[in-house]
Amino acid sequence: MDSPSEPRHAPPGNLLGMSGISKRFGATQALDDVSFELAAGRVMALIGENGAGKSTLMKVLSGACTSDSGSMQVAGTTYRPTGPQSARDAGIAMIYQELNLAPDLSVEDNIMLGQEDHRRGLLARHLQRPRVRKVLERLGHPELQPETPVHELSVAARQLVEIARALVGQARVIVFDEPTSSLAGADVDRLFDVIGRLRDDGIGIVYISHFLEEVRSLCDDYTVLRDGHVAGSGTLTNTTEADIVAMMVGRRVEELFPTVPHTIGDPVLELQSLTGRNTPQQIDLVLRRGEILGVAGLVGAGRTELLRCLFGLDPVVSGTVQVAGLVKRPSPDTMIRSGLALVSEDRKDEGLAQDRSLADNITYSRLDLYTRFGWLNLNRRHDAVNRCMAGLEIKAVSPEQPVSELSGGNQQKVALARVLHQDADVLLLDEPTRGIDVGTKAEVYRLIGEQAAAGKAVLFVSSYTPELLAVCDRIAVLARGRLHDVRPAADWSEESLIQCAIGSEAAVS
Amino acid sequence: MNPIRSRFARLAWSLGPLLGLVVVALVFGAIEYKVATGEGRTPQFFTPESLQVVLNHASLVGVAALGMTLIIIAGGIDLSAGTAIALTATSIAWLYRDGFDGMSGWRDTSPLLATLALSVVAIAGGLLTGCLCGLVNGALISLLRLVPFIVTLGTMTAFQGIGRTISGETPVRAYGKVPDLVASLQKPYPDPGWLMVSPGVWILIILAILVALVLRYTVFGRHVFAIGSNEATARLCGINVIRTRILVYTLAGAFIGVAGLYQFTVLGGEGDPVSGLGLELKVIAAVVIGGGSLSGGRGSVLGTLSGACIITVIQHGCVLIGVPDHYQDILIGLIIIAAVTIDQLRTRIGTN
Repeated sequence: MDSPSEPRHAPPGNLLGMSGISKRFGATQALDDVSFELAAGRVMALIGENGAGKSTLMKVLSGACTSDSGSMQVAGTTYRPTGPQSARDAGIAMIYQELNLAPDLSVEDNIMLGQEDHRRGLLARHLQRPRVRKVLERLGHPELQPETPVHELSVAARQLVEIARALVGQARVIVFDEPTSSLAGADVDRLFDVIGRLRDDGIGIVYISHFLEEVRSLCDDYTVLRDGHVAGSGTLTNTTEADIVAMMVGRRVEELFPTVPHTIGDPVLELQSLTGRNTPQQIDLVLRRGEILGVAGLVGAGRTELLRCLFGLDPVVSGTVQVAGLVKRPSPDTMIRSGLALVSEDRKDEGLAQDRSLADNITYSRLDLYTRFGWLNLNRRHDAVNRCMAGLEIKAVSPEQPVSELSGGNQQKVALARVLHQDADVLLLDEPTRGIDVGTKAEVYRLIGEQAAAGKAVLFVSSYTPELLAVCDRIAVLARGRLHDVRPAADWSEESLIQCAIGSEAAVS
Repeated sequence: MNPIRSRFARLAWSLGPLLGLVVVALVFGAIEYKVATGEGRTPQFFTPESLQVVLNHASLVGVAALGMTLIIIAGGIDLSAGTAIALTATSIAWLYRDGFDGMSGWRDTSPLLATLALSVVAIAGGLLTGCLCGLVNGALISLLRLVPFIVTLGTMTAFQGIGRTISGETPVRAYGKVPDLVASLQKPYPDPGWLMVSPGVWILIILAILVALVLRYTVFGRHVFAIGSNEATARLCGINVIRTRILVYTLAGAFIGVAGLYQFTVLGGEGDPVSGLGLELKVIAAVVIGGGSLSGGRGSVLGTLSGACIITVIQHGCVLIGVPDHYQDILIGLIIIAAVTIDQLRTRIGTN
């Protein structure tokens, strides 16, 4: 963080100032001269696509990583975090998507974790308890009992515990990272109410979200990041949604979603009242050759579970799966042999074996192509993998390079390469464009189109509605594990899709 | 990342444990040379006899560590290896002793055939016992979905109990009932001199080449790496995780069986069910020093053999120099920690 230039001091009244922040990871410039300012009592939206640099910027702020250059000030004094503890000391708190709570400890113990009231090491509960109650009251939720173990709480209540912990730690800046992604409608309103209270108390809030409607209803200011740069910032009242999207994307919308003409043929995958352990529930769906069928829904609606269940990764409780007219008992092995292939939403923990080579990762599902009596012909495999890599323009040194050394976009291409190498008839793609840059996204859309044109069927799960609308022939909406509506993509709009997903959730709950 | 450097780094890493072995040998050789010349003795470390002893001694741990390498690459662990070795040694001794007495009539009519049959039965019985131990471990882990550490912690005690039950609480002695060919497996100085090292070492070398080939050139080998590296990915790719894992443990059991046979001959034709306790730690240490990762997905045959040799070189070197036993333990402990530290450093550098 040693900048050769003189640190520019934030103007008075600014609670947090970050200026000229740059950070490089290997070949990627994650942040490039980013400046970011936050005033007390304001809610700042931090907007940007995956990989735009939002999380890296927040990691720099929280001391989880050090920037290569740039400086930071909190309330006028220079702030150089050396780790999470110094961020806490400076009054900066993070509320992450995956909550950082100890599930077996009580609400009180979680709130006071690491900041316990004590006398010579002995816990002073009589001092602690009133503080905890006061903070919960300040958040407008005095009904939360300090003794309750956290694992008995709902996700929304757990979030409150995290916020309370930040308040006890005298937080002046609170960063919310996609806090609504796992909340239902009413809980979102309650969270917004809590955030409003914090703002009125003079706390500066950074609010990271994908949902522009949400940002508009809650935030005062915005900063848009794109490819590690600040693409724009200002006050939300002067800005339209279209402006913000243009800043996020940075190029004309037509070329973002390349399509390939394709014709729809006979049914190839048929689900009859497919039911899993929790989700999915009673799903009836027909997928045809040459068709791209989108699956929309909120987080927890059971989209991923639908794919896992029909692929045999999760147990099928009732219902049937038919592939090309034959009933199959789902297990990954049978499904792969029946011509199905799945790209996992979780590239890191499920999709790829990170420390294995590209060659291994691409061919794991069809090693039998290169074997005689169980022995592998590595030369033939090497050639085939080289062809896959060339076809998808995967940038890697050799087929033997470990997947972990590749960039996110190239890793995603490896996951897709496995599915193509498998030569499957039905592609189950779960968030195939998550965490990859705009250019690679466009390549993935073209690839999906080409597969459909080649007569393959694609089931395309995504949380990013624009891509579903642009790429799919039909879109199905799931809510609470049930199929709510299937319509041609032309009959949907971004609003009606979200409305259907949220509305159905509310109607069921 | 610089591609050439990365490829070079990968090669260097795969040879790392071997380099470690060379360094350890040179250090001990130098110290022993100094000590010996200082006392007016002839230095003994760099002699053919020394090599024969070290390799022979390493072969017992080495052969069991081959199986442990498979298990650790697949993301597992086997704490029962030591007592399983003792159990197989005991069953081999039991088969030799009671078989020898049982076929006394046949031995009079055709002694050669009887001896051959007896050895086949005893050795096959030992291998089978080992496989069975592995099968039990693998099945419990896979079918009950238990953590390998816990399952093998349980079977570790259980195998010793079974051994003590068959042996009737005393070591099973089959002295004089074992043909010379079998009895000389672990004789450091082999009888036909052209063998150079003990038959046990040659068997180890053949098995090691076999395992290395299986790991690199078979579907099974790829699946072992896949499971250890990321079980979810393996499942996603249609790999039968349960079957592969049970096979891994059973195969490792066969190596336990061979190690049991070595143990039996080392003791001069005796099977002692309590003799194996603690051996599993040496076996695991050999794999870990050799670059095997306890979180799975990494390990190599060359590394494991180097690890086994490093342990033996330290022991042998300490004996020659005259360092007491307990210092050896400290030294081996430090080497294990150093090996894992180097491993961690490499991973950290690799991810940055």
